[in-house]
Amino acid sequence: MATLEIKDLHVSVVTDDAPKEILKGVDLTIKAGETHAIMGPNGSGKSTLSYAIAGHPKYEVTSGEILLDGEDVLGMAVDERARAGIFLAMQYPVEVPGVSMSNFLRTAATAVRGEAPQVRHWVKEVKNAMSELEIDPSFAERSVNEGFSGGEKKRHEILQLALLNPKIAILDETDSGLDVDALRVVSEGVNRFRANGESGVMLITHYTRILKHITPDFVHVFAGGRIVESGGAELAARLEDEGYVKYTGKQEAAQVS
Amino acid sequence: MANPTTEQHGLTEHSHGDVSKGEPVVPQSSRGDRFTSYDVDAFEVPGGREEDWRFTPLKRLNGLHNGTAAAGGSASVDVKESPEVRVERVARDDKRIGEGGVPADRVSAQAWSAFTEATVVTFPKETRTTSPTIVTVTGPGEGNAAYGHVQLRAEAFAEAVVVVDYRGSGTYADNLEIVALDGSKLTVVVVHDWADDAVHVGAHLAKLGRDATLKHTVVTIGGSLVRVSPTVTYGDKGGDAELTGLYFADADQHLEHRTFVDHAVSNCRSNVVYKGALQGEGAHTVWIGDVLIRAAAEGTNTYELNRNLVLTDGARADSVPNLEIETGEIEGAGHASATGRFDDEQLFYLQARGIPVDQARRLVVRGFFHEVLQKIDVPEVRERLEAAIEAELQAVGA
Ligand SMILES: Nc1ncnc2c1ncn2[C@@H]1O[C@H](COP(=O)(O)OP(=O)(O)OP(=O)(O)O)[C@@H](O)[C@H]1O
Ligand SMILES: [Mg+2]
Repeated sequence: MATLEIKDLHVSVVTDDAPKEILKGVDLTIKAGETHAIMGPNGSGKSTLSYAIAGHPKYEVTSGEILLDGEDVLGMAVDERARAGIFLAMQYPVEVPGVSMSNFLRTAATAVRGEAPQVRHWVKEVKNAMSELEIDPSFAERSVNEGFSGGEKKRHEILQLALLNPKIAILDETDSGLDVDALRVVSEGVNRFRANGESGVMLITHYTRILKHITPDFVHVFAGGRIVESGGAELAARLEDEGYVKYTGKQEAAQVS
Repeated sequence: MANPTTEQHGLTEHSHGDVSKGEPVVPQSSRGDRFTSYDVDAFEVPGGREEDWRFTPLKRLNGLHNGTAAAGGSASVDVKESPEVRVERVARDDKRIGEGGVPADRVSAQAWSAFTEATVVTFPKETRTTSPTIVTVTGPGEGNAAYGHVQLRAEAFAEAVVVVDYRGSGTYADNLEIVALDGSKLTVVVVHDWADDAVHVGAHLAKLGRDATLKHTVVTIGGSLVRVSPTVTYGDKGGDAELTGLYFADADQHLEHRTFVDHAVSNCRSNVVYKGALQGEGAHTVWIGDVLIRAAAEGTNTYELNRNLVLTDGARADSVPNLEIETGEIEGAGHASATGRFDDEQLFYLQARGIPVDQARRLVVRGFFHEVLQKIDVPEVRERLEAAIEAELQAVGA
């Protein structure tokens, strides 16, 4: 049973001047079968957390631990983390010109599974996964994410989730930029992935609308680089009504000025 | 915007959009004033400071530039032609020789003055050749120097594909004339796959007739020093030149490409796309892209682009686009040049999907060249190049 443990994580972003601390002591444990929603104001460090877990070179972990099933994730290279079972659906998926989607998917699946999938099965598998996400087959021959619309990019992140079947999936605002139909299609994709009960999900979002499709077990409020409150699904509804003022102290600031 | 800009491998990016109907711009030394002559003695011996020689390490030319190259060697020019094609060996006084253009630098004029026999490959009029014609030029061997001359000649409304394949060792200078007469469609793929010692300075002199189409591709992967200067001129309206280039420089290789498209007549089109990768200490590439739109060349449409991918420290890419416009009545003109390292975000994205970093780099490089490779519509050549690029990447484990 997969478990991701994040303990007192401090992360700085590497900038041209001095490093800047963004995460200030994050504690979070995600177990297989659980879905954790993370909500919080812009700039609070949600993407930084997801990049730090995936191992982006711009983010430096200054202290704390990340463990996957007890193994030290921070000691692993980016690709090792992915092969160990961590998947990050990015807020802004990257374009890779000249590399076809089909070549990319096959290369990734070969790396993660440890062997090349059998051609015949693979073709069918990709075709099915694409049609479940209502992705036109012509995308297979296009360059990775190049010229894709925002929503098309997000669908393809979930396509990769389906094919790579990780232990822990981190979905960074996968719902942003999706129209209502796409939101349903993508949510169904995430729910199919959750259905096996063997994987954990960390779902970063600004909106409760996706939580109507994907019911979270836990909701965490993220502010100022750490989790400041945790609760059940009902917390999301309250956040939508009240906003984050209570956590950011911006209200008092507004009254003073 | 016409000021020549040199960009080295700091992560620079610049591009210019269309300047159609813009103000005419003429830089200090116009490409249109460049001296040309068939006679080597009409040129000064270059010292290294001249605009057209300043990037080339003259010491490594083995005397091609100053007349001291021992011309005792001989290179061979073998042609495997499609059955419809005529191949002739002619003397320098053949009246067709020179139709492609006039040498614009001393080495080109040196080759012109020194060659003994020219090979003329004619694609007969209104004929579509059935298979690619392969011209193989084999160098004179290590320690020797030689000069050569080839003319590729597409008669009116001919359609043909020709591959010019440079191989072997030694020092070599030549002129490759490309004469595309009215309405012809000529595809020329020039591959420089020289041995490690080879030094080659080549000029391509292309002339397009009315409504002629030239698809011209230069690929440079082998040789110690290779300097190629393709020039395109138009004899009448409707000419269309597509110039594509691909180069891959390893440690201590100097690969230089100087394209010049001279729009002197109206309603012609040109598009230049050159892409290069560099790896290893002392790898140096140069791309000079001159485009001149003369006052009479109304309705011109031109674009040029150069991109370089610097894979390791110690490599240097120079890229100088230079667009001169002497008339406002053009359809479009633009250029872009960028030199950079691997995009960290691309590598991160691929690695985050489990792909090991070496393989991720190879994917990115292959992707980078994909655009130019897919334009090479001779499958044998394309496959050979894909394999060569793969081998280059394996060599350093990039
Ligand atoms: N490379 C960087 N250089 C400087 N600051 C950075 C860099 N990367 C992130 N930051 C800063 O770190 C903070 C957290 O950014 P992050 O992207 O993690 O926020 P977020 O919670 O995901 O916000 P959003 O809801 O808008 O996606 C922001 O203030 C951001 O400007
Ligand atoms: Mg974010």
